[in-house]
Amino acid sequence: MTTLTWRYRGGVAARTLAAIGGGYVLTSIASALIAIALPLPRADAVSIATLLSFVVYTGIILWVFATSSALRAWIGVVASSAVLGAVLWLTGRMA
Amino acid sequence: MKEGLRQSMAWVHTWSGLLVCWLLLLVFMGGTAAYYKHEITFWMKPELHKAADAPSRVSPAESATLAVRELQQRAPKANAWFLDLPHERNPLIYASWTNPPKKGMTREERRAAFRTQNFTLDPMTGEKTAAPRDTRGGEFLYRLHFDLYYMSAIWGRWIVGIASMFMLVAIVSGVITHKRIFKDFFTFRPKKGQRSWLDAHNATAVLALPFHLMITYTGIVTLMFMYMPAPTKALYGSEQNTMFSEVFPNAERVKPAREFAPLADVAPMLLQAERAWGAAPSRVVVTNPNDANARIELHRPAGQQLSNIEPTMTFDGATGAQLSGPKPMSTSLDARAAIYGLHVAHFADPLLRALFFVCGLAGTAMVATGALLWGVKERQKYAKAIANGGKVGFGVRLVDALNIGAIAGLPIAFAAYFWANRLLPVEMAGRSNAEANWFFIAWGLAALLAQIRPTRAMWRIQLTVGAAMLAGIPALNAFTTDTHLGVTLFGGPGLRPVAAFDLVVLALGLLLGWAAWWLGRKARKQAAAKQPTSTHTTPLEAT
Repeated sequence: MTTLTWRYRGGVAARTLAAIGGGYVLTSIASALIAIALPLPRADAVSIATLLSFVVYTGIILWVFATSSALRAWIGVVASSAVLGAVLWLTGRMA
Repeated sequence: MKEGLRQSMAWVHTWSGLLVCWLLLLVFMGGTAAYYKHEITFWMKPELHKAADAPSRVSPAESATLAVRELQQRAPKANAWFLDLPHERNPLIYASWTNPPKKGMTREERRAAFRTQNFTLDPMTGEKTAAPRDTRGGEFLYRLHFDLYYMSAIWGRWIVGIASMFMLVAIVSGVITHKRIFKDFFTFRPKKGQRSWLDAHNATAVLALPFHLMITYTGIVTLMFMYMPAPTKALYGSEQNTMFSEVFPNAERVKPAREFAPLADVAPMLLQAERAWGAAPSRVVVTNPNDANARIELHRPAGQQLSNIEPTMTFDGATGAQLSGPKPMSTSLDARAAIYGLHVAHFADPLLRALFFVCGLAGTAMVATGALLWGVKERQKYAKAIANGGKVGFGVRLVDALNIGAIAGLPIAFAAYFWANRLLPVEMAGRSNAEANWFFIAWGLAALLAQIRPTRAMWRIQLTVGAAMLAGIPALNAFTTDTHLGVTLFGGPGLRPVAAFDLVVLALGLLLGWAAWWLGRKARKQAAAKQPTSTHTTPLEAT
């Protein structure tokens, strides 16, 4: 039997949280931006962005588990959420 | 998880699959059955079988006229009337209506009232058929696969949605893990323990991979605006209803004028639609009947397009004039409807529908073999301990028990639902709920017994019980109705669904019986091999 270290367990927990929670937040921001950026009537834009969001979410989740450390995963998710969130906020101000 | 991409994806595949696999089994089995929900409902209402025996002699226009005449007497002041006219998958004329909700009625009460507001006409004679027993039929299995039960639908939908997202992650990570996806599809090494389970898992997964990926993604898409509201928030703010009326243009409803106007004759409208489509409408919806703002909406029968939003023709119910109806949808709106349509497969002709059903079974098998594989692999870590008469860990025991309860227990639950349909007193109060309760009583019992003794003997017992209950359904049907296989196989085309139901559950029962027999043979072989060396057997052998 292999025993799992607490360090390993913590890493798994951190990644799971980053994937499910962080991934959902990042997906929400990204798909909102896609909806705004698409040069289409809003019913079409909202449909396409929502359809794509689950592909984006899947990609983020897999990346979080594929990257080399839990810390990198968190930095990646938080940093891209922050950047895209800022862009989203700015487009909201300009509109 | 510090290893390479393939190892980390294998880890994700294992855990995202394992955590939700038992719920997914329920969703897969319920959804697979739901491909035939009309046929199941029809089987579960044997009172209607006689009327369906002879082919329809009344034209669609006459059918609609007959039903409207009856509705005028029974529900002239309804909110809306719904008519389902005979076509390929429906031998009878079904009519139902909704009344304006009374003050203080709960949603549950309105639903219960709606279930009593209907009648069925025999298309042969135009007469009303015998009142069918109170059952939810295939609708229960269909709702179960995304609403669950004993909880509000919204909870069920979130739970199933999250499980589906786990499934999507499991499928994609499984494909990445799988180096030799093409070669492995042709590989099956039977009777080799873990290898065989792995091969079986690969074969069922890869065989129908496009289907699994499609059905999981499209399943999430059916409720996507609920699961991912951010794009809606970004473009519509809090006006979610505006989004719905723009994305689903068919859903628009006209308010009643509260001014009496006699309803125009529907027959010429049906003939006009039939000329335009080359097929008679399968569904007629009349909103605000006998009101100046009455609308009559004719739906083209499914089967000619992927989109789940069938073309309609709208008429003014007071003047009888054709209205322009909803404007044609843009490409991306149509794409969304087509992705939704792929999930519900209303377009499928009999052969394609059968293929979807088989793919659904393959999906069930994929989830089941994956769950079993985990147990088999994990048990190897305890090989030494077991050899010394020790026990396996808590996790292995729990997974074994859940596997028995779901893989062998769920077929028992489905069978119990069908048995309850035939054996509960026809006049019983709250009958449809009692049928559903029996589904869960049977499943709960199977799952509980599995937790108490998760042994190979329990596998065999439950598989045998499920096999007997499913394979026994044709006999049960013969004893409790007049439409047994001897009649349905040689009767009119309207009885084919009844015959097909009997034959399919018989085949599934035989399949489970074979699994039980195979397990028994394996156990006997191992016992024979062990006899000379060891005197005691461990309670938890590899399954």
